[in-house]
Amino acid sequence: MKSAFVVILRRDLKIAFRRTSELANPLLFFLIVASLFPLALSPDAAQLRNVGAGVLWVAALLSSLLALEGLFRADADDGSLEQLMLSPVPVAVMALAKVTAHWLVTVVPLILLMPVLAYSFYLPLEVLPVMAFALLLATPTLSVLVALGAALTVSLRRGGSIIGLLVLPLTAPLLIFGTRAADLSSHGEPAAGPLYLLAALAVFAVALGPIAIAAALKVGLD
Amino acid sequence: MPLPRWFHVLGSPPYVYRLADVCRPWIGWLALLLLVVGAFAGLVLAPPDYQMGDSFRIIYVHVPAAYLGTRLYLLLAIAAAVGFIWRIKLAHAVAASVAPLGAAFVIVAMATGAIWGKPMWGTYWQWGDARLVSWLVQLFLYLGYMALRASFEDRDQADRVSAILAVVGIVNVPIIYYSVEWWTTLHQGPTIMKFDRPSITVDMLIPLLMMIAGFVLCFVWLLLNRLQGEIVERERDARWLQQLATEPGK
Repeated sequence: MKSAFVVILRRDLKIAFRRTSELANPLLFFLIVASLFPLALSPDAAQLRNVGAGVLWVAALLSSLLALEGLFRADADDGSLEQLMLSPVPVAVMALAKVTAHWLVTVVPLILLMPVLAYSFYLPLEVLPVMAFALLLATPTLSVLVALGAALTVSLRRGGSIIGLLVLPLTAPLLIFGTRAADLSSHGEPAAGPLYLLAALAVFAVALGPIAIAAALKVGLD
Repeated sequence: MPLPRWFHVLGSPPYVYRLADVCRPWIGWLALLLLVVGAFAGLVLAPPDYQMGDSFRIIYVHVPAAYLGTRLYLLLAIAAAVGFIWRIKLAHAVAASVAPLGAAFVIVAMATGAIWGKPMWGTYWQWGDARLVSWLVQLFLYLGYMALRASFEDRDQADRVSAILAVVGIVNVPIIYYSVEWWTTLHQGPTIMKFDRPSITVDMLIPLLMMIAGFVLCFVWLLLNRLQGEIVERERDARWLQQLATEPGK
């Protein structure tokens, strides 16, 4: 089971790195959305510092939605998803491997980019590692939720717009805890509380999410 | 082991269709009676509140609607899970019928809350109130469920896919509720008037209980109507339905 996980992970990583343009799209989206906000609001440093954490979190949420909405599409279209599901490997393990691969190639760069953008929003330096760390803890949950949305709509031709409707309401706790951690640390207080909660949600999502994704894939490919 | 008959037959569309026909008028008239008497008692007989005057009377619509709107998602999720696990089509029909009703009750609760909030808080909408925000999220969950269901051509697939979403949603409802509550207690502005927990008097409480019972029965009446519609749509090729339609006197 472990080796199957590694094999699928490797396969998906290889495919991802052969399509570098698709890899870069969510990252560019994140960059552009984040840089539209100062244009829409004002270049005032105090205001940007106030809204910075929230804006970056929403931008990260939307770009990871973009990154994972097509998670199962290509494999479902060329039939390899069905073949993977026919194999003796539990579908949940396969789903977890695919989510991990996508998380590694599309979300990790976003986490690395986050401190740079946060700095451009005049957020104090000590907040930057906290924001990156909060994102690191929140994105596994986020990826599982978006993957679930992608699995639920795998048989629909145009599933993209509906995934946001299904998934975004469920991400409210992540947004709340993530921005709260940044808020606490910008006031010089310890941000451990919300970070623990994000970690708890991540454990919960990674443990149970793949089962729901597997169920959704089985129904979708019926 | 033979299944007890009363339970077994609840999975049969023709039986439930006829049962709904029999129960519906009773439930409908009882709901109307409770709503009329409860509304009269609440709007006329109950004394005005010493703090809020007459504007508190909106709770006779607001509280029952909120009560139903927030709890119906649980019914939806249970019905969907029963349908998914035991492949009972009727349970899926119940889930499909509950969703728009739950969304409607949440909207009524939010609208009456806004109407009440204007004179009391000075604003229609208050982001600082945990209940308002978590109702909004709950409304989105209902709408997401309905949108997902509507986007499938195949009814069987729509049933099972949306059931998974409903179950995931119900797991998330408490997490969302407590995170929103935590968020608002941190951001609570000083302008919001906080009323004490309902130390409500008996002559205000009895009309409220009547209204809640009336709303619940009204919901059941609406549900039976929608359920019959769902059954007719799902079973439109079944013989019992054609017999029912051509039966003399119907």
